[in-house]
Amino acid sequence: MDAYGDPGLGLLGDPTRRAIFELLARQPCSVGELATRLPISRPAVSQHLRVLKDGGLVVSRAEGTRRVHQLNPDGVTALRAYLDRVWEDALTAFQKAADNAGSEQEKQ
Amino acid sequence: MTTAPAIPPLHGKITVGVSAERAFDLFTRSFNTWWPAQFHIGQAEPAEAVIEPHVGGRWYERGVDGSECDWGRVLAWEPPHRLVVTWQINGMWQFDPEPANASEIEIRFTPDGPEQTVVDLEHRHLERLVAGQAMRDALVGGGDWRAVLELFAKAAVDQRRAGDQLL
Repeated sequence: MDAYGDPGLGLLGDPTRRAIFELLARQPCSVGELATRLPISRPAVSQHLRVLKDGGLVVSRAEGTRRVHQLNPDGVTALRAYLDRVWEDALTAFQKAADNAGSEQEKQ
Repeated sequence: MTTAPAIPPLHGKITVGVSAERAFDLFTRSFNTWWPAQFHIGQAEPAEAVIEPHVGGRWYERGVDGSECDWGRVLAWEPPHRLVVTWQINGMWQFDPEPANASEIEIRFTPDGPEQTVVDLEHRHLERLVAGQAMRDALVGGGDWRAVLELFAKAAVDQRRAGDQLL
C-alpha cells in the first residue's frame, strides 16, 4: 500500500492499536472500559492511545469526572487509515485464496 | 456547504496465479470464503459477506443473529475485467444511503499470462464520506443548520433500519 506521507497511516499496523481503534469506532470509551475488553493493562492501553492521539486518529474529552476517547471526528483521516489496513489484509487474503485455487486446479 | 478537498485514493495491487475469469469469480462469488472475518461493521459477529452479482446489487454482511449490514452497491459488473462497488460506511460507522456520500472501489483484473492475473484496487472519493465534520461545523460558529437536520434525519433512518433488523 502507498503511504502518501499521511500521518494516520502505519499506526494501525499494530494489532492492539487496531483493536482499540475498532472498539472506539463503535463507541467512545474510557481507558478502563478499553482495558476490560482487551487482554492488556490500563497503562498499556494508555500508551497505545497516546500513539493514536499523536497520529491524529483519536481525540479525548472530559465527560463529567471521566475522560472518554473517541475517533477524531475531523475529516476522514481515521477512516482512511483504517481502510488502508483493510485493503492490505483483504488483498493478501484474496491472493492466498486465489493461489490455493490455482494449485488445486493444477492437481486435477 | 463547501466541497470537501479531495483525499488521496488508496491503492493496492497483487498478482494471483489464476486466469482473470477465475480471479473475478473467486473475488465476487466466493467473496465470503476469503474476506478477512475480522473486518465487519455490524454489531453482531459476522456469518457471511456477500456481493450480489449484478449492477445495483447489494454488498453487505450478515451477522450470526441474522441481522444485515449494508456496505454499498455494485456500480459496474463487467466480468472478468472490472468491478466497481461503493463503500458507504461513514466516519460514524454507519451505512449512509445517500449516493452523493458514497466512496467507490474499483477492482481491475488484467491477464498477465494464461494463468496469471494482476489485480488492481483503487478506493477513491473518500472525501465524500460524512465523517462528522459537517456536524461540528454547524455547531461551532453558526454554520449550516440544514446540514444538522439532514444528519439527524439520516441518523433517525439509520436507527429505524437498525431497529427493523432487530425485529
